Amino acid sequence: MADPIISVKDLTVVYGSHSVLDGVNLDIERGEVMVLLGGSGSGKTTMLRHIIGLERPTSGTVRVRGIDVNACSAEELKTIRRTMGVAFQESALFNSMTLEENVQVPLFELTKLADPIIEIMTYMKLAAVGLGESAKLSPRELSGGMKKRAAVARAIAVDPEILVFDEPSAGLDPIVAAGLDELILFLKRAFQISMLVVTHELSSAFRIADRIAMLYQGSLIAVDSKESFQASKNARIRQFLDRVPDSIGHSAVVQNHFRELAGLTGAKT
Amino acid sequence: MNLVESIGSRVIDHLSYVGGLTMQLWAGLRASPRVWPIGGKRGRWRTAISQMATVGVDALPTVAVMSLCAGFILAMQAGAELRRFGALQYVMDTVAIGFTRELGPLLTAFVVGGRSGSAFSAEIGTMVVTSEIDALRTMAVDPNEFVLAPKFVATIITVPCLTVMSNAFGMLAGWGFMFISSKTTLPMFLRYCAESIELRDVFTGVLKSLVFATIIVNVGCMEGFRTRGGPDAVGRSATSAVVKSTFLIILADVFFTAIFYLTKKD
Repeated sequence: MADPIISVKDLTVVYGSHSVLDGVNLDIERGEVMVLLGGSGSGKTTMLRHIIGLERPTSGTVRVRGIDVNACSAEELKTIRRTMGVAFQESALFNSMTLEENVQVPLFELTKLADPIIEIMTYMKLAAVGLGESAKLSPRELSGGMKKRAAVARAIAVDPEILVFDEPSAGLDPIVAAGLDELILFLKRAFQISMLVVTHELSSAFRIADRIAMLYQGSLIAVDSKESFQASKNARIRQFLDRVPDSIGHSAVVQNHFRELAGLTGAKT
Repeated sequence: MNLVESIGSRVIDHLSYVGGLTMQLWAGLRASPRVWPIGGKRGRWRTAISQMATVGVDALPTVAVMSLCAGFILAMQAGAELRRFGALQYVMDTVAIGFTRELGPLLTAFVVGGRSGSAFSAEIGTMVVTSEIDALRTMAVDPNEFVLAPKFVATIITVPCLTVMSNAFGMLAGWGFMFISSKTTLPMFLRYCAESIELRDVFTGVLKSLVFATIIVNVGCMEGFRTRGGPDAVGRSATSAVVKSTFLIILADVFFTAIFYLTKKD
């Protein structure tokens, strides 16, 4: 079997006394769509930021195409980043530029292509995400769904091998979110891109995923095919899939706080 | 935390800030050649030109009005005293030397620091909180080269130019005062100015303005890059950029004026 394109080993992230990720292991194979599921605060975005090399872990390694992103040279890190496109949750489009200029940033910065070729490539990327007619618009003039698609166009500008999405469907209506799912599947089919999609949207995850990993309180509690994941008997996974709320009143911290407010000193934990 | 620990902690914070500024200055200098029209990166020079228009051209009316006012005030204050000794003509020397050595660079630095230093900080701070800086990093684009370098080059070029303009407007105001009070003609005023100013005064003034420009762009950009949180953090960064750059400009002014004073030969 070929080496995984992304390999996370014993990834541990601690901020002060708070452990965010606790020895996480995850391999993403070439050409697959891996969906990273998890509730709010489970450590999904932290894990993504470590995989794309924006932060350094407390311990553990993240290898992309066999290169450790935290122990490589600046040149190697540049090479890794050139093979990776990232679509951020808030789109992160440059507000001072038009859509076309946004897509052109990586093309101008990372390639030596002639200006007319860059213009053609820009139009092709925008057309691929359905924004061919909006090239001259500024990000302020776009709807939420258009911004997300524009961010995808910029992420695929230099034909990356890996695409990373942070919450692609967050804040979108179901129809627009479904359109984005289809776009992800189209990109996988058309360009054979390996993808890591961080989300908490179940319908989206089951539509696009080859495999699903689930984070709970900083640990991976499942890495499985979507069929096995759906059939899982794990209590936390079932709670997530069946949308069962936590009983916040039963939390030890909340109980303790209530006791303190009521003046009952020596509160039990 | 006891007093010694508290003082130590603050000293370490300030040293760390100065260290950060030095590292960023080095990053800005290293990235600057990528902005030049020849041998630079595509589009960078165009960005720098646009920044020059914002930092320099747009600031010119403010610099002009402030310099005219400050020049007239200085002339009136000096005239009130010098008149008593029958030495009104020395108002011209006072205004000319005062502006070229001190007021021109300082007024320009305050205007640019207030306008552009805060704008740099707010712009970069917004880019940080909206993940635009992260997006650049993930695209293998160095934010220092993409964001800092054009601002660095634009400020370094425009602030000395604005300073020369400020000197000119300050002296023009001085002539205005002299014309009203003693009907001094412009050619006579210019001759007096030319006699009283030494090339060294102009040179030290422009050198100071270069240092002030470096402080403004570095503090403004660093406050922006250090922004963490939401929109309120962007506002705090902009305020901090103005306060810190003003403070550092005054410190640098004292330092350089002392050096020029000590090395001046009569």
